[in-house]
Amino acid sequence: MTTPLLTISGIRAVYNHSVVALSDVSVTIGRGSIVALLGANGAGKTTTLHATANLLPAERGRIAAGKITFDGQDVLATSPGTLVRSGLVSVLEGRHCFKSLSVEENLITGAAGRGSRRREASADLERVYDLFPRLKAKRRISSGLTSGGEQQMTAIGRALMARPRLLVLDEPSMGLAPLVIEEIFKTLSRLNKEDGLTIFLAEQNAAIALRFAHRATVIENGHSVLEDTAAALRARPDIKSFYLGKADLHAAAEARNPTPSPVPA
Amino acid sequence: MTGFDFTFFLEVLVGGLLSGVMYSLVAIGFVLIYKTSGVLNFAQGAMLLFAALTFVSLVERGVPFALALAITFLVMVLLGITIERTVLRPLVNKPPITLFMATLGLSYIIEGAAQLIWGTQVHGLDLGIDDTPLEISGILISKFDLFAAAVAATMVAVLTVLFRWTRVGLAFRAVADDQFAALAVGLRLPRIWATVWTAAGLIALVAGLLWGARLGVQFSLSLVVLKALPVLVLGGFDSILGAIVGGLLIGASEKLAEVYLGDVFGGGIESWFAYAIALAFLLIRPAGLFGQKLVERA
Ligand SMILES: Nc1ncnc2c1ncn2[C@@H]1O[C@H](COP(=O)(O)OP(=O)(O)OP(=O)(O)O)[C@@H](O)[C@H]1O
Ligand SMILES: [Mg+2]
Repeated sequence: MTTPLLTISGIRAVYNHSVVALSDVSVTIGRGSIVALLGANGAGKTTTLHATANLLPAERGRIAAGKITFDGQDVLATSPGTLVRSGLVSVLEGRHCFKSLSVEENLITGAAGRGSRRREASADLERVYDLFPRLKAKRRISSGLTSGGEQQMTAIGRALMARPRLLVLDEPSMGLAPLVIEEIFKTLSRLNKEDGLTIFLAEQNAAIALRFAHRATVIENGHSVLEDTAAALRARPDIKSFYLGKADLHAAAEARNPTPSPVPA
Repeated sequence: MTGFDFTFFLEVLVGGLLSGVMYSLVAIGFVLIYKTSGVLNFAQGAMLLFAALTFVSLVERGVPFALALAITFLVMVLLGITIERTVLRPLVNKPPITLFMATLGLSYIIEGAAQLIWGTQVHGLDLGIDDTPLEISGILISKFDLFAAAVAATMVAVLTVLFRWTRVGLAFRAVADDQFAALAVGLRLPRIWATVWTAAGLIALVAGLLWGARLGVQFSLSLVVLKALPVLVLGGFDSILGAIVGGLLIGASEKLAEVYLGDVFGGGIESWFAYAIALAFLLIRPAGLFGQKLVERA
């Protein structure tokens, strides 16, 4: 196999000069693969993904040791914007749509981040609408008024508008109904097969992640502890009991991220 | 209240609205920066003074009008970008009160610098528009007010178009909505901040000249920002539309109050009426007329 698209080797991450969020995490992502990052609450999934996009400095975090390489580039010495323009694009945990912008405007910000020409942007827009037909119907609506699933699709579509080579997703299944999760993962899988898009995704929902990923890395308390093919991991008894045994994984995700009570007008 | 003079009422109203447009302009300078960086830029007034003072001093030294305008604009852009780079960017992620204190300190530094460079005397500023009243369908309107309002309205319109219909504007609104997501999407925040500060510098320039021509270019000019505060309270700190409507409302209501309630309160209402409205508004509708309605499903 050729050189991996992304290598994370032995990173240690510290927030506020005091909180050690990652002690020793390594992940390798081969070109054209789907790699899942599995772990419980607070294991360090989001921190790892933010490190991958060099977003930690914006949260007063820092990589104190280790190295991240994206296609030969030293990630930690490259600004998030430059990484986006060289094809490493993130979909953040909790979607982070621009709520007051319409769905279509959200998508266009992805093109603006890449610096696409207008013609490229409108072609990409058609592609996103083709992948997520629901977004086309809602294109003029403020994204803050769309459903959770539609917001996740908007966030993914926005990232796709930047023409990624590596798409990094943080818990795309969070808080969504099983049918919607299914639809989103099928689309990701289709992008992987049709366009050769490499995907790196963090999930608590190991069941769905291991169904669609080729390989996975498990992290616990800021350490990567296990790496194997998805099929091998699915068969392991410890993974089964820890991550797959619970029928209420989805309920756990809901409890972690409860729907906010209505804000009084 | 017999014999209500409707024409006179309209004159007062129009005069108030026209000066309101100028309040709107100053308030928009605040809103732009507040929306993109969450900073209530108290130095906006000092910037306005600095612009007016630089322009007047250049003209007094024989620099032609257009050239002086261009130079001042450049100076303002540089000033804005320098402030953003050297003061605000290092303070990113700090609590709002820290940022506010920083801009407060900054406003004194800018005023001090202006004083050091250009001296402390009051300058007259003549933009070449005479202040004779103009009669439009029976109502007398000051020509200068009309000119000032037209200039301010044009600025407001240009800014609105810029922010509504261009990519820079889209990026601006995205950053205003969610800075972290904007970073993750690859939007170039420094470029957006530079654009916003350029716009703020331009606004300071235009507002400085208009207000300077009316009040004379002197240090109290920086207090014009205090007039923008009630406008912001009324319109919402994060709404351009709010700044426009708020400016008009404050301008009109303070003039009307001065004329029609002046006798009751013994005059001088104009200097505090805006604050009274703002205070009432704070109690009734703290987010302002157009402030951040939560666009979100519960
Ligand atoms: N901005 C921050 N400042 C300080 N500590 C943080 C910050 N973000 C995360 N942490 C800490 O770092 C550790 C790892 O958090 P992280 O968000 O990466 O976990 P996660 O695996 O994504 O969890 P979850 O499944 O809940 O999203 C946690 O102990 C968390 O409290
Ligand atoms: Mg997380």
